[in-house]
Amino acid sequence: MNKITIEPVTRVEGHGKVTIHMDDNLNISQTRLHIVEFRGFERFVQGRPYWEAPVLVQRLCGICPVSHHLAAAKALDVIVGAGTGDGLTLVGEKMRRLMHYGQMFQSHALHFFHLASPDLLLGYDSDPALRNVIGVALKHPDLAVQGVMMRKFGQEIIAATAGKKIHGTGAIPGGINKNLTIEERDRFLKGADPMNIDKMIEWSLAALELFKGYQKQNKDFVDNFAVFPSNHLSLVRKDGALDLYHGVLRAVDKDGKKILNDVDYQEYSKYINEEVRSWSYMKFPFLTSIGKKDGWYTVGPLARLNTCDFIPTPLAQKAFEEYKAYTGGKPNHMSLHMHWARLIETLHAAEMIKILLNDKDLQSTDLVKKGKKLSEGVGVIEAPRGTLFHHYRINEDDQITMANLIVSTTNNNEPMNRAVNFVANKMMTGKKEITEGMKNAVEIAIRAYDPCLSCATHALGKMPLDIKMLDANDNVIDNYHS
Amino acid sequence: MASFFKLTIMKTLIYGYGNPGRQDDALGIRLAEKMEEWIREENITNIEVDYNYQLNIEDADRISDFELVIFTDASIEEMNDFLFTEVNPSEATIEFTMHAVSPSFVIDLCKKLYGKTPKTFLVHIKGYEFDFIEELTENANLNLAKATSFLKEKIKELTK
Repeated sequence: MNKITIEPVTRVEGHGKVTIHMDDNLNISQTRLHIVEFRGFERFVQGRPYWEAPVLVQRLCGICPVSHHLAAAKALDVIVGAGTGDGLTLVGEKMRRLMHYGQMFQSHALHFFHLASPDLLLGYDSDPALRNVIGVALKHPDLAVQGVMMRKFGQEIIAATAGKKIHGTGAIPGGINKNLTIEERDRFLKGADPMNIDKMIEWSLAALELFKGYQKQNKDFVDNFAVFPSNHLSLVRKDGALDLYHGVLRAVDKDGKKILNDVDYQEYSKYINEEVRSWSYMKFPFLTSIGKKDGWYTVGPLARLNTCDFIPTPLAQKAFEEYKAYTGGKPNHMSLHMHWARLIETLHAAEMIKILLNDKDLQSTDLVKKGKKLSEGVGVIEAPRGTLFHHYRINEDDQITMANLIVSTTNNNEPMNRAVNFVANKMMTGKKEITEGMKNAVEIAIRAYDPCLSCATHALGKMPLDIKMLDANDNVIDNYHS
Repeated sequence: MASFFKLTIMKTLIYGYGNPGRQDDALGIRLAEKMEEWIREENITNIEVDYNYQLNIEDADRISDFELVIFTDASIEEMNDFLFTEVNPSEATIEFTMHAVSPSFVIDLCKKLYGKTPKTFLVHIKGYEFDFIEELTENANLNLAKATSFLKEKIKELTK
């Protein structure tokens, strides 16, 4: 029996539904990716003491609780007067970064080895029952072990920095509640093979080479699958470097022109708005200055490598230069290149983990900083899937009176819809049934964005996919349920 | 009692999973905690207890050193209070996003990566509500108590 959560049919949560409307000539007239977003958490947190938020928000998600934990803590840093992300003590900021890079490393490794590599190594049209890490284990056991151990290494970094695996308490308003012991540090630096950071860097490089080799051999497919122009948004460090933990908000248009020029995310609501569409519970964020129609944007690995100017670690920077050269320095709009970008970030995360482990500041005991209390704060972080916003207001009794969260998958709502539309037009025009190949293509397009619905739904991350093909009169022509 | 376990028990892992912040979804974790208390009280040395939000691929490595693995989880399946079932690798299923995997997937992966298949069982306990609340519902608590008593006896039986 499978892990049971809330079935989509009974709770209408946590499932993706694709509808493809055809006209009388079997041309695609409309496609929609429906993702049901559960907004109950923002109401739930109201009235709770603000200092509980970094732990409470982990109830949202069993997939990336660290991202919510840190985004909430960053917002509360502002409220307790510790500044806006760069005002913490050295050990405070660096421990949080270590936790975050551990999360990024394990999440990206999971995505590559569990979701992407089966498609690459076994073929997009291979048996779906084996197109997963078990299939990889059968044909490429060494690679599957790498995936398992990379994921495990990242999880252990999280446990060491957050204090425990579930409902970690490492980040608190104004800092952290523990530093890294010498024993913990040495376990990651000098652990028995393969559980040490040098092996993780080596494997990250190997995974990157694996993708590049695949792309070279399958250039036509990889470079032409779900390609569409987009704006891109992410945090960048103030000097333009890739920074997954803290920075300013930058957005570029399809040609790379800055359309949001390194602004303070405390004022994100000036620049970003959310559109409600009648057919979807999930909102559609957009840049206010450009408007609803053209102001939508992509977040995540592809976006981050489109917005940043450089990567501040040597091996990832070298990979970044090669990646950027491929598009002549222009923004990359190829959905499957998301995997390439994700693996460069995996390498960067591993390099950052090594740098941080060797930093003696992590053994400092100056854990917390506080100043003049404020009534409002915003925390933004680059979660594995993209930019994550947490915004809180509190009253005189220290109770939260308002919470607003914009999660990464919501930010990617429009681009995921565009990707589905691209695939439907290319593969389903003139067809009357959903073939296995079509279904795979829709899944591949959505999966490239690594959507996680647990933020909006239940803890498990279970996500069945329904695809419905409808005629001009809304009659179902064909139906697929995973 | 303690000496009996010290001498005879198989190397066992009890692994609870679920989100303890989502009401009855915590049932798997709570059962694992109850068993941990019992292990401590009885001074049993060969049973480990672990927890997580959900199972994932690294758990294939985690279980690979054990002879007996008992996963514990919440369920909304039709049942009176709890079910105890053996898990086989052949029942492995996949989800669209693969952000979490099933117990059968974990042991199947363990078998393929390490050539080991620990004897594996799943205790699934009936849950009723899954809101943003730390406490179990009253009925879930009753089910937890029954499952706890059952599992203590079952472990004695399995490890004889």
